[in-house]
Amino acid sequence: MELTQLTIDAIREGLAARKFSAEELVRAHQGEIERKDKDVRAYLSLSPERALEQARKVDRQIAAGEKLGPLAGVPVAIKDVLLTKGLATTCASKILKGYVPPYDATTVARLESAGACVLGKTNCDEFAMGSSTENSGFFTTHNPHALDRVPGGSSGGSAAAVAANMAVASLGSDTGGSIRQPAALCGVVGMMGTYGRVSRYGLVAFASSLDHVGPFGRSVRDVAQVLQIMAGRDPLDSTSADVPVPDYVAALGGENDLKGVRVGVPKEYFAGLNPEIGANIEKGIDLLVKQGARRVDISLPHTDYAIACYYIICTAEASSNLARYDGVRYGYRAPEYSDLHDMYRKTRDGGFGAEVKRRIMLGTYVLSSGYYDAYYLKAQKVRTLITRDYLEAFEDVDVIVTPTSPIPAFKLGERVDNPLEMYLADIYTVTASLAGIPGISVPCGRTKGDPAKNEPPLPVGMQILASHFDETRLLQVAHAFEKAGRFEAA
Amino acid sequence: MALEEKDVRYVAALAHLELGADEVKTFLPQLDSILEYIQKLNELDTTQVEPMAQVTYPSRENPALRSDQPRRTFGQDESLANAPEGAAGCFKVPQVIERE
Repeated sequence: MELTQLTIDAIREGLAARKFSAEELVRAHQGEIERKDKDVRAYLSLSPERALEQARKVDRQIAAGEKLGPLAGVPVAIKDVLLTKGLATTCASKILKGYVPPYDATTVARLESAGACVLGKTNCDEFAMGSSTENSGFFTTHNPHALDRVPGGSSGGSAAAVAANMAVASLGSDTGGSIRQPAALCGVVGMMGTYGRVSRYGLVAFASSLDHVGPFGRSVRDVAQVLQIMAGRDPLDSTSADVPVPDYVAALGGENDLKGVRVGVPKEYFAGLNPEIGANIEKGIDLLVKQGARRVDISLPHTDYAIACYYIICTAEASSNLARYDGVRYGYRAPEYSDLHDMYRKTRDGGFGAEVKRRIMLGTYVLSSGYYDAYYLKAQKVRTLITRDYLEAFEDVDVIVTPTSPIPAFKLGERVDNPLEMYLADIYTVTASLAGIPGISVPCGRTKGDPAKNEPPLPVGMQILASHFDETRLLQVAHAFEKAGRFEAA
Repeated sequence: MALEEKDVRYVAALAHLELGADEVKTFLPQLDSILEYIQKLNELDTTQVEPMAQVTYPSRENPALRSDQPRRTFGQDESLANAPEGAAGCFKVPQVIERE
């Protein structure tokens, strides 16, 4: 039995049947990290003691015949924007190098209470700002399917760790696509719940009206099981929703046909993308129809304005959130300065990377005196229009299906010099973030690749969206799609 | 190009960023092209549209409110543990008030 390729169900059964111990499971993953991570570079830091201690606790519970948590013994990776008590948390930024949080994020605490073993913290774009993980202040993560390519971002390390069997599941954060896009590029499942569905206590803030925490896994069922543990009201996060959490896992069902499910296909999402990706998604939609779903062609007319709207709102919020990095309470402080303001400026100059500075600059500009109405207020109004598009669409359809990314994993370094081009790659994911609806990316075959150009087949992701708090429907459709064939057509 | 170097320096000062001359030169065309791109929103008439600051949803009660009870929070040592410079139970900052 290959211990690093198990589902959460298989882990539960294997532990119960004493086929392996939780400690063996953790050690197997640590071995895989040892072998692979020098090339993939998904992890920023490892927490071997913490993982083993938790595994031994699970093994003692098994020996004593105690009831196990739903994620008992499951080795997981945590994006380094989520606080872990006693374990360095950097947001992949030099400005937080050496920062050791005094508390755990609620999501991390809930996972560990359910028995999960934290293997370490994963790399990402600095403060989750980016789409390739190349903006990490420390090093770049490589796509396990093609090491000369990006894993996507910003949660590239969490996606790559799961794709390369260096964790069973992982946590990421998604502000404009940072879970769904790397999931697509790495060929795994990644999900963002409704805004407010999952607590953000202990998630380092980037853009507060858009930030989410969500899971990665190698199957929809695994992702549903991790979401189940994390979802629900948290008194420590005033924006977490006081809405009951249904049993997502039970709702997945067995042989799940999609009879009567109305699948919306928005025409705006099928123009100007890599044609192979478009063809794969069309085949994916055909597969849903074969299972009884009904295709409904729809329009989301304000899609074309989403990137402009998103980059005004997220940079404005970021410029405010990142004002806290001032070299006083935590993190880096410049070694030499003349006075307090000089200390602020030199600390922030030395601590932040180029993309973070660029976004702080843009956000400060759009909020500055005389420009607020023209940019920020305008963007908030357009956000209403984008949300309205979705609310109207969901009167006629149950879910909406689109490509997750217009392009497959691109080569490292290919886009770093053109920030606007990098932003445009988020075109299919930012709309759901702005509207606050849940979304998931599921593997949908691969590109053909081109041996002549030394281009391997690359994963394609299909995005499924549902209306607010309809995660159940989202997961049902994603699960049925996955079961229908793991989709290997190209 | 609508943006000028002095604008970049002005915004950097507002944001407490010390940009080097090279960075100002790099950011100027990049920020300019992004700002030009986002002008696209002006194609839309939004005079009758309400702004959306936050995602809202129906809820049983206002979840932002809690009972006003004291709770345990971080002590002085934990709060100061990550300070780049601390002394005598305080965060140490450069002098801000001139002495006589």
